[in-house]
Amino acid sequence: MKGPEMLYAILCYDSEDVVCSWTKEQDDAAMARLGAVQRKLAAEGRLGPVARLLPTTAATTVRKGAEPLVIDGPFAETKEQLLGFYIVECETLDQAIETAGDLARASSSSGAYELRPLAVFRPGDLGA
Amino acid sequence: MTDLAWIDAALTAARPQALGALLRYFRDLDAAEEAFQEACLRALGNWPRKGPPRDPAAWLILVGRNAAIDQVRHRARQQPLPPDELISDLEDSEAAMAERLDGSHYRDDILRLLFICCHPGLPATQQIALALRIVSGLPVRRIARAFLVGESAMEQRITRAKARIAGADVPFEAPGPVERAERLAAVSAMIYLVFNEGYSAAGETPRRAPLCDEAIRLARLLLRLFPAEPEIMGLTALLLLQHARTPARFDAAGAVVLLEDQDRALWNREMIAEGLALIDKAMRHRRTGPYQVQAAVAALHARASRPEETDWAQIDRLYATLERLQPSPVVTLNRAVAVAKTRGPEVALALIEPLESRLSGYFHFFGVKGALLMQLGRADDARCALDRAIALANTAAEAAHIRQHLDRLVPDTDP
Repeated sequence: MKGPEMLYAILCYDSEDVVCSWTKEQDDAAMARLGAVQRKLAAEGRLGPVARLLPTTAATTVRKGAEPLVIDGPFAETKEQLLGFYIVECETLDQAIETAGDLARASSSSGAYELRPLAVFRPGDLGA
Repeated sequence: MTDLAWIDAALTAARPQALGALLRYFRDLDAAEEAFQEACLRALGNWPRKGPPRDPAAWLILVGRNAAIDQVRHRARQQPLPPDELISDLEDSEAAMAERLDGSHYRDDILRLLFICCHPGLPATQQIALALRIVSGLPVRRIARAFLVGESAMEQRITRAKARIAGADVPFEAPGPVERAERLAAVSAMIYLVFNEGYSAAGETPRRAPLCDEAIRLARLLLRLFPAEPEIMGLTALLLLQHARTPARFDAAGAVVLLEDQDRALWNREMIAEGLALIDKAMRHRRTGPYQVQAAVAALHARASRPEETDWAQIDRLYATLERLQPSPVVTLNRAVAVAKTRGPEVALALIEPLESRLSGYFHFFGVKGALLMQLGRADDARCALDRAIALANTAAEAAHIRQHLDRLVPDTDP
């Protein structure tokens, strides 16, 4: 019997300048190593949706207001950008940290993983 | 990823910014390149031990600059020393440098670097070679291979280009708004040249395909510098959408596969997604430009899951817009392909016939003309046009493709 279900978003922050400079071989190698960690999580039944985002240059922002304002960006003035995320089931923060640590060792570039517990999660239905 | 792979990627990423700043400092391409090389060597020795610096580009600029100053000191001891604070406290200087680099310097440095490479005094091939050497940092050996010339010939070409730039009056000050717009257009054109150099030869010389990747990298870099410029979004989208088709453009024997015969499952979905996102964003700005229009055409092809679903009427309208923005017989020729789909080969043929004298040396003109004549059942005229196309083909794959069309004509005339 599993403990109470707690979902964490593991948000991946890294320098787009660096990640976009990876050659295809470097990118494939990084993805393969991360894939191994994901397969382990999936085998444990703990892996939810995984998403990799396009660069912030492809992003659009809708600012909330009486009349929503559409702007380009976020412009990447900061050193690190949100590049993607995982939804992972973790019973404790320690387990989430351990999982993010596995991912961090697999990627070993200089970015960061932010762990954010989910308040609401609707898995949706996009098919496979 | 290993440390070394990460450092390699970080050095590649930091190169335009670091080299651009060193060029601002030394005002000499060779000096800036030497300083950057030295800084990279020191990074390889230093970063694995101490970990990556907070800001790799700032680190490289500072270390490269100091190394070059040291050299000057060695060569001429009587030279006045640089101010101590520049070299004594690396940590603080790095932080201060990073602070300043976040601003407009960063953008101007890279833009200057790109602009110098597409100096109007240089022929296009030298512009491309210089950009690949200076901005991308490709080794001369690889550039030479991409252009199918010997290494020493390419070395000479690059040296000549540098000498020409050293002799020209290259502005090192921050450009004003008008000049910046002009530079941006020149840099965009240079990036498109790099791309086409790789794209046109992709089937024949797979070794040139990395030029397409490099052009996309440069376009993305430019877009990061000008994230709200719709034409740069358009350029980046155009390159991505065109390059996405590369896996389907040639068959196993290296023969050309036409757009409508391509296996769309082979198209690169990731590049298409990014290209579509960018062109959609660009169009919202309502500041149409030639790259955006061409990207919009490519997007219509990318959005059609089968060739029959292609919105040819919209493509016809887009090419009409392009004819207005950038009139050229080649644009009209492209429009004729869409017109043939929507209004039939006869109308299309009437559209291109007046272009013949201006496109008399253009392979695609006779290819399109031959195809239209074939559709109209005028076999003899078609053969004549296709023969001329073969004579003008740039690559063996192009010639072979036209020969296939000719072969289909044979039964009509030679039973």
